[in-house]
Amino acid sequence: MHQKVKSGISNSRKNTVERKLVDAKNTFCPGPLMELIGQMKLAAVGDELEILSTDKGSANDIPEWIHKVGHELLDSFEEDGVWHLIVKKAK
Amino acid sequence: MRILIVGGGMGGTILANNLARRLRNELKSGKASITMLSASDQHMYQPGLLYVAVGKMSPDELYRDQVDLLEPSIRFHVDPVTKFDLAGNHVITKSGKQHDYDIIVISTGSRPHAEGTPGLAEHSLQFYTEADALNMYKSLREFEGGKVVVAVGVPHKCPMAPLEITFMLIDFFKERGIWDKVQMHYTYPIGRVHSLEPVANWAVPEFERLGVTHETLFNMKEVTADKVISEEGTEESYDMLVTIPSHKGMQVIEENELGAGGFIPTDRARLNIEGHENAFVIGDTTNLPISKAGSTAHFEAEALAENIAATIKIGTPVRDYDGKVFCFIEAGEGRATYAMFNYQNPPDPKPPTKGMHWFKTAYNKMYWASARGLL
Repeated sequence: MHQKVKSGISNSRKNTVERKLVDAKNTFCPGPLMELIGQMKLAAVGDELEILSTDKGSANDIPEWIHKVGHELLDSFEEDGVWHLIVKKAK
Repeated sequence: MRILIVGGGMGGTILANNLARRLRNELKSGKASITMLSASDQHMYQPGLLYVAVGKMSPDELYRDQVDLLEPSIRFHVDPVTKFDLAGNHVITKSGKQHDYDIIVISTGSRPHAEGTPGLAEHSLQFYTEADALNMYKSLREFEGGKVVVAVGVPHKCPMAPLEITFMLIDFFKERGIWDKVQMHYTYPIGRVHSLEPVANWAVPEFERLGVTHETLFNMKEVTADKVISEEGTEESYDMLVTIPSHKGMQVIEENELGAGGFIPTDRARLNIEGHENAFVIGDTTNLPISKAGSTAHFEAEALAENIAATIKIGTPVRDYDGKVFCFIEAGEGRATYAMFNYQNPPDPKPPTKGMHWFKTAYNKMYWASARGLL
């Protein structure tokens, strides 16, 4: 849980910023978006977080929240039934 | 084998009692010992605060002497830990004593962090401490009507609390005969009215039936004397604001740099601290993305007790924690339901019934048997 990993595990983006991994696979409550909101509070502006979710709804509701608050969605993709959403804290 | 349990809340207490029974022979022979360090000589039934806030329980019903809940073979000290040395297998307490251990379990819990949201402590009613719950009840008794807004911080203890307090407030206002003078507005941080989709799907028609308006994707940024402002750029005016504050882990966890926000990185199956095979975490103290609830601590404690006892007896753990959570949901009008789920199986809550409400009411009393490890 929440260990830092080198970004670049995403198959579509590569950089050298350390990224915090939030593993919310196979969890129902509080759920991936709530978990992300909590982790974003602990992050600093500019930090990147990658959240893993097996809830396909995350592909919609996480980007919606990111857009509404004004953070940045760097990438999202599905791999072996797991959604990866990579976000950057923008403010 | 010296087992040290730090924290005397629900998780630590159930774990200690369960272990004491499993290791009866080892404790008698001196091959094992169980020591608990706590910050208080009192044990609080925290879910009862919800009822105190609406006048359904008295604060003195929420407390028992911690020592009376523990098996006599458990060494209990009111002497909170100030320093953890996981590499050196010892802790230092407030009194300056050093406790060495072979196995440590950290179950220090979480705390409301009202100061994390500017204005929240000054302007909103809360129920996560005895003082706050009593203050809320006194304010509710004096309320003559107006717009009541419910707002929710992240993360928070007891995921059912936002819905429960909303329905219980409606009952309270009905009983006082002022419901027709109240406009209730419910807000929630994510894109539906509850984390659990089936619960959200049940709650929305209930809100519509009762005339409760709601707004989703609403995360508190700031509270002023007459409005609550969201991170998402919206705001709600209010006459009475009821909040679920965001929570943090205990300060000692942060001070010892064991985990961001006071929540310790924990293996979701074995419940050990990442990188430490003899150090475990249960309850709200973990950083696991599951409900911060008494039942989570309860089921984690049962799994961990079985594994620690097995490790001592046969040299290996025997089971994984499967993510089990069971939450009652007070639904108002004398009804309740529940949600039960684990890592693999989503919840499938049933329609609320009066029977489940009475079961929850009975559990408020039966909790003490649960803490003793008898239920």
